[in-house]
Amino acid sequence: MGSAYLARGRESAWNPSFWACFLTCGLVLAVAIPALYLWTPPNSAAVPPDYLVPLLGKYLCYALLALSLDLIWGYAGILSLGQGAFFALGGYCMGMYLMRQIGTRGVYANPVLPDFMVFLNWRELPWFWWGFDHFAWAAAMVILVPGVLALVFGWLAFRSRVTGVYLSIITQAMTYALMLAFFRNDMGFGGNNGMTDYKDILGWDVHQPATRLGLYLASVVALGLGYLLCRFITSSKLGRILLALRDAESRVRFLGYSVTNAKLFVFTFSAILAGIAGALYVPQVGIINPSEFSPGNSIEVAIWVSVGGRGTLSGAIVGAILVNAAKTWLTGAAPETWLFVLGALFVLTTLVFPRGIVGLLRPARWIRLRPPDPVPAGEQA
Amino acid sequence: MNAAATTEALLYLNGVTVSFDGFKALNELSLIVEQGELRTIIGPNGAGKTTMMDVVTGKTRPDSGEALFRGTADLTRLDEAEIANLGIGRKFQRPAVFENLTVFENLELSLADGRSTWGTLFARLTADRADRIAATLARIGLTEQSGLPAGTLSHGQKQWLEIGMLLIHDRTLLLLDEPVAGMTDRETEETAELILDLGKDRTIVVVEHDMAFVRSLGARVTVLHEGSVLAEGSIDHVQNDPRVIEVYLGR
Repeated sequence: MGSAYLARGRESAWNPSFWACFLTCGLVLAVAIPALYLWTPPNSAAVPPDYLVPLLGKYLCYALLALSLDLIWGYAGILSLGQGAFFALGGYCMGMYLMRQIGTRGVYANPVLPDFMVFLNWRELPWFWWGFDHFAWAAAMVILVPGVLALVFGWLAFRSRVTGVYLSIITQAMTYALMLAFFRNDMGFGGNNGMTDYKDILGWDVHQPATRLGLYLASVVALGLGYLLCRFITSSKLGRILLALRDAESRVRFLGYSVTNAKLFVFTFSAILAGIAGALYVPQVGIINPSEFSPGNSIEVAIWVSVGGRGTLSGAIVGAILVNAAKTWLTGAAPETWLFVLGALFVLTTLVFPRGIVGLLRPARWIRLRPPDPVPAGEQA
Repeated sequence: MNAAATTEALLYLNGVTVSFDGFKALNELSLIVEQGELRTIIGPNGAGKTTMMDVVTGKTRPDSGEALFRGTADLTRLDEAEIANLGIGRKFQRPAVFENLTVFENLELSLADGRSTWGTLFARLTADRADRIAATLARIGLTEQSGLPAGTLSHGQKQWLEIGMLLIHDRTLLLLDEPVAGMTDRETEETAELILDLGKDRTIVVVEHDMAFVRSLGARVTVLHEGSVLAEGSIDHVQNDPRVIEVYLGR
């Protein structure tokens, strides 16, 4: 703890050891994994199976979703149990684009209407589907739809000072309401079947290994950028205001900061991150349907974050990847045990290591900074 | 009180009434604090001292009455953040520092800087702001603890940090709710000195139970009882007032 450290009251968030860690992880994900496919001799045992790339891509999308929840929950104390809704909305925007790309290759070969609309005897495309044949429009909607919903929802909730468990309940209600709405056929989003049978994205066949690798790399880049932006926010003065309002909201108001605006900003930003995660997820798993809105999904995200370490951005990523890898393995090996394991994991995390995996590895700020032997003020000479 | 005099007072409360489920926490309270004044407010529990501060800082909306700052700003219409930005700072009864932030960071958030969300996202800590923080740390005697989380401080140190947080912002009016509650005698003496020092260039209203402390401040005293002013004057004057003795001091 040097004097420069004492003068600033904290370490810089952008120190060399951080960049070394970040770039190493980035290189492993972005270069080493593709290299396994490109440079190992064909038919050798070292070639990983084809399904590995989209599987890892899916984990990275989950990691971005977990990151978005950790930003608002770990730092601003907003436990959203509806984060999956923003993820699903981003996914639906991408799904609509992918449906429009099918064109005449659908079962009914209608050049404009997706199969499910023809099946329901719809005559023309609903207005909210306009523009989704263009990737740029769909990409803009991936950001705007979750962003605007979060802005309106957050404004209503934070302005009325809805906090804690009440906020969690209304976010849960929001995602549940959206799920029920999207299950309806007349909503125009494919009802309970959702949207699937995609053909290509930006002219590339979604089933080709090269396209899958491209989508995987896009997920790596999105996660990397999302992580850097979250780190920028949490290490800024705004980040300290978020930590402050997590612990004593009214005190922040008396200091003259708008708690509503600060929360609204991170809530909206986090919804956009979740939307982007959903948009990258859909072409890699090949389907989007209303079950993505189910409240259980959003609760699972909170479990990933707490297992990895709430309030540590890297913890959210680690938690999402580890829990999902465990889920993939266990649902194959012993499917009936998975929910028990997930529940046990959550109970264990809460009771035994409340600061999660990364929290265990990294001493908490207050432990690291604690003086060797604090002298109570009253006893000082 | 006529309108011309109203504009001269820094804080002007007139006929303020606040009731909670029929209980009148403030009952037609009228109070005037002049610019540069140091005022102590005493009164038995439930006299309305904290509610009065809640009204001034925008936490509670009065049912009726006027609350003006500098004679123009209507405190009954502004929210907490807007009132804070007018230059009214408040210290709570329980020390309310941000426990997970360092002492330094607590002061940094209290600096009189931009308060916009977007502005704070890109705010940089300039050298003159760092110097200001260092000067404040020295004044409240917490230079050594700069990098420690505020949660690890002793009770008295937290109280000082909170005063430092008000100090660094250069507020016009400070409201201190029981600033020496839970302090040792020595800490209490030091706090009295600090408040007298602060009072040289700002207006301070202190709510306190500790009569020795009130006496050491030597300021004008207002006695509240059942939500309105019972007596006002020097400490000797109010201590000899039979009504005050009956409701408060005599018990």
